Amino acid sequence: MQDLQSLTEQAMELVEKADGLAALDQVRVDYLGKKGQLTALLKSLGKLSAEERPAAGAKINEAKQQVQEKINARRTMLEQAAINAKLAEETVDVTLPGRGEEQGNAHPITRTLKRVEEFFTGIGFTVENGPEVEQDYYNFEALNIPAHHPARAMHDTFYVDPTTVLRTHTSSVQIRTMEKKSPPLRIICPGRVYRCDSDVTHSPMFHQVEGLVIGENISFAHLKGTIDQFLRAFFEAEVPVRFRPSYFPFTEPSAEADIQCTACGGEGCRVCSGTGWLEILGCGMVHPNVFAACDIDSEKYSGFAFGIGIERLAMLRYGVNDLRLFFDNDLRFLKQF
Amino acid sequence: MKISNSWLREWVIPGLTTQELADQITMAGLEVDGIEKVAGDFSGVVVGEIIACEQHPDADKLRVCKVAGHPDGEMQVVCGAPNARVGIKIPFALVGAKLPGDFKIKKAKLRGVESFGMLCAQTELELGEDNDGIWELPEDAPTGADLREYLQLDDETIEVDLTPNRSDCLGVAGIAREVGVLNRCSVQGPEIAPVPQQIDESLPVTLLAEAACPRYVGRIIRNIDIKAQTPLWMKERLRRSGLRSIDPVVDVTNYVLLELGQPMHAFDLEKLSGGIKVRMAEHGEELTLLDGQEVKLQEGTLVIADEEKPLAMAGIMGGLDSSVTEGTQHIFLESAFFSPLAIAGKARSYGLHTDSSHRFERGVDYRLQEKAVERATQLLLDIVGGEPGPVHLRELIETMPAERHITLRRARVEQGLGIQLADDEIIDILTRLGLEKIDQNAEGWTFLAPSFRFDIAIEADLLEELARIYGYNRIPSESFTAELEIDPRPESTIAQDSLEQTLLSRGYYEAITFSFIDSDSAALFDPEADPVALQNPISAELAVMRTTLLPGLCKALQYNLNRQQNRVRLFETGLRFVPGAELHQEQMIAGLAYGNRFAENWTGSKDSVDFFDVKADVEALLARTGVADEFRFVAGQHPALHPGQTAKILRGDREVGVIGALHPQLQKKLDLAKPAFVFELSLEAIGDGKAPAFRPLSKFPEVRRDLALLIDADVPAASLVEAATEAAGETLTDLKIFDVYQGKGIDLNRKSVALGLTFQHSSRTLNDEEINAALDAVVGKLEQKYNASLR
Repeated sequence: MQDLQSLTEQAMELVEKADGLAALDQVRVDYLGKKGQLTALLKSLGKLSAEERPAAGAKINEAKQQVQEKINARRTMLEQAAINAKLAEETVDVTLPGRGEEQGNAHPITRTLKRVEEFFTGIGFTVENGPEVEQDYYNFEALNIPAHHPARAMHDTFYVDPTTVLRTHTSSVQIRTMEKKSPPLRIICPGRVYRCDSDVTHSPMFHQVEGLVIGENISFAHLKGTIDQFLRAFFEAEVPVRFRPSYFPFTEPSAEADIQCTACGGEGCRVCSGTGWLEILGCGMVHPNVFAACDIDSEKYSGFAFGIGIERLAMLRYGVNDLRLFFDNDLRFLKQF
Repeated sequence: MKISNSWLREWVIPGLTTQELADQITMAGLEVDGIEKVAGDFSGVVVGEIIACEQHPDADKLRVCKVAGHPDGEMQVVCGAPNARVGIKIPFALVGAKLPGDFKIKKAKLRGVESFGMLCAQTELELGEDNDGIWELPEDAPTGADLREYLQLDDETIEVDLTPNRSDCLGVAGIAREVGVLNRCSVQGPEIAPVPQQIDESLPVTLLAEAACPRYVGRIIRNIDIKAQTPLWMKERLRRSGLRSIDPVVDVTNYVLLELGQPMHAFDLEKLSGGIKVRMAEHGEELTLLDGQEVKLQEGTLVIADEEKPLAMAGIMGGLDSSVTEGTQHIFLESAFFSPLAIAGKARSYGLHTDSSHRFERGVDYRLQEKAVERATQLLLDIVGGEPGPVHLRELIETMPAERHITLRRARVEQGLGIQLADDEIIDILTRLGLEKIDQNAEGWTFLAPSFRFDIAIEADLLEELARIYGYNRIPSESFTAELEIDPRPESTIAQDSLEQTLLSRGYYEAITFSFIDSDSAALFDPEADPVALQNPISAELAVMRTTLLPGLCKALQYNLNRQQNRVRLFETGLRFVPGAELHQEQMIAGLAYGNRFAENWTGSKDSVDFFDVKADVEALLARTGVADEFRFVAGQHPALHPGQTAKILRGDREVGVIGALHPQLQKKLDLAKPAFVFELSLEAIGDGKAPAFRPLSKFPEVRRDLALLIDADVPAASLVEAATEAAGETLTDLKIFDVYQGKGIDLNRKSVALGLTFQHSSRTLNDEEINAALDAVVGKLEQKYNASLR
């Protein structure tokens, strides 16, 4: 049995040295296989006496078992090492940027328009659209601004021909909607508008959202409530809002809403020309003449309307300091939104 | 409208600082645009008198003056003004005085002669624009008096930006009235008593344009002294309201305009022949205006004429020939009411805008004319003397503005404003505003609107007045209630937003370009169209309405390339304006791609974007519709695009868009180093999609077979696919082109196309015979139709 001892030790040593699964398997074949050296010992049992045979057989099996276990352990270890090596090899630099197309951005004006739309559609307003090359009737006449009305001078209108203009406000969509639909109405009309004016603070094309609510018993207090809530939601702050009497031919009473200057908090600064307030929108109760133009009974219905300048809102919200940036379409600008 | 604080406070005394007053009227709708001091910051300036004046020994242009006014006696002052002479009174800045700009007056030596102080021009004190020499003060100015006190310079100009409806506030009287209402205090103007006539002479006045001028007041004043000086206090008030002093007659009419709001005009009586006729201009008549401008009068322009010719453009500007001049002795004063409709827009049509037209087109109090004439006469007599004739009024009752009776229902106040006001308060506010309660009943009251408020005619106007005076900010903020209904939202309508999102996630940034472009660009991209042109464009760059969104995107591309942004993906949505029998305003979505296919990245290729990249973007848009197979790309032509890389996009037979590379000539013209790829689609055409409809999934295996075919190079892939699909029969579930090859090893006029066909049956497994039969059919069809052969 001297043989068994040394064979076992030999096998154990080779298992220990096997540096790959193939080498390990070779050890198994060499010692434990059908023609393996340890297996061969079993075949030599026949030479022993019947009394010696069981004990000797048990020893050999025990040795084979030992070697097998050693091989199993070694195999697990080698397999694990192989996996680890593969994993190491497959390791990437996770800090490198991802592959593929970059993500574009909506224009900040669109972004602002959509935010405004969402606030209002969320409380049951619908979105209405209208033409930009507009008849004088819808842009002015039906809005109680007859020809030669001094208010026309406030509008700096682009004319296509004597009775056709580029709409100066989206209020024209009010009229078109009131002609189509019956009260109660809750609409907003976003879109491009045009005025013949161009300098640092005026663009010949800009964007407005017009809002209109018509129902029974709609009051000035409701107008104030709606505007207050909207401005607070939009700026995500408890911004003080004030209402000043103003004049629009299509509303009576008319008001201008100011918010406390977001730049200085009301102290007075360059942004607000030292007044502490920023003009933010015009609004008012729908004028009975406008109702009459649309065949709506102003004894039964009342309503309010408001017009919001989107560029102004976007500039205040995002801190844009130059109106002209909106229409340059500089990618370095667009990528910021 | 600019008025001085001190003038206003002569009429009404609210217990408020100037700033508080400005805030108060701003919040009542008279927006204060600014408050400015009427003079620069200075001190130590007194009224001086030049006692002696001699030539400087060493300087031609300097004089050495002895000036009285210093408490310590006469002072020697060296002065360079050409008008320095003995006897005149002038502003005298003493040694130690501080002038605007923090300029300190010190004892000085000018060319060897000592000077104790400085004699000042208007500009040096920021008191006016006269810079010709030292300012000559009136003879009666008290020598030694502090100039600030003497001129009451501790005052501010309040500039009010009035809305067009508030013509009643285009005078001190009107603003004072408003301040009185807001503070519930009394308003008291100067006493205006009728000035008795001294001569019995008046000009006959005939009102021939009944509706345009129903009221005209005239008065003759003879023997005035036009050389007399307008008093300094009046000049100062005019200056503080932004008007220059001209001559005493014009100054007085301007003063009355500012004080009461009535524009007036003074004619040189000698230049009039016969009586006054207020009439419409006749064809061919001409008039030289006060400013020297010669105008051809349009018919329909109201004029003041005499027996022979037009004298003045009524309510807008007087004529030069009949104007008051240095030689005038006798004047005819006009104070009229011209209806707003007659004046509105007229001044602008001549390119004019005057203080007078500004007021008449907004509405001047139609009861004010006599009062204004009396006031002007009173002021004129004080300054230029003369003998007034009677106040001669012509009035056409029938065409005078109708009196406005307005009923106010108590319930409407709460209904419209959301507040409850006591009856007393309602009546108090409206009465102070000049309305007269003429009737009342259980429901409310009837008021008579004042003649100066052209903006008060209906009940809503009264609600505004109540809200304004009560204070908009005291009205509560409330939520309204509404009956909500769900609106239909067809699932087949593809939201513009989802299309935009598709492009955003494919790397496009949204642009917003102007809807008007220059006509050259318009012609480059759409030479056939005659675009809608603006009558009054802001510049040639923004002159015609776009018929396509592409020029704007190309301009944005150039802008970015000039700023080293070399990979550009932009899209825009918006209207294009297609002329025709009726203008078609069509909502479009357009895109542009330029530069590398991928943004610079460690992984990527440096390949440039090509047609098929952009086509994939368009296909992604079409996929949103759910009916992508209704759209086809067909090789086409477009004046701005590459003839070999342009496709029309059709839906059925209707052309709904275009895609292509910019034409190389245009690319060169735009100075683009690389090709740019563009597309434009009608949003309405791709917004009309379909809701999804489920098709059952087959449980049986699908089989894929590939075919490599040689066909003529000019056969479009789409035709091949169409024919193959038709021939393959119903079990074909997918057909892909997975390779296209032209070049080495293949006839020059042929190309190799590899098709991958997938077959599947819905209820059983397909056998080889069936599939082979289908493939044979495909090959046969392609052989027969397109001369195809298996490779």
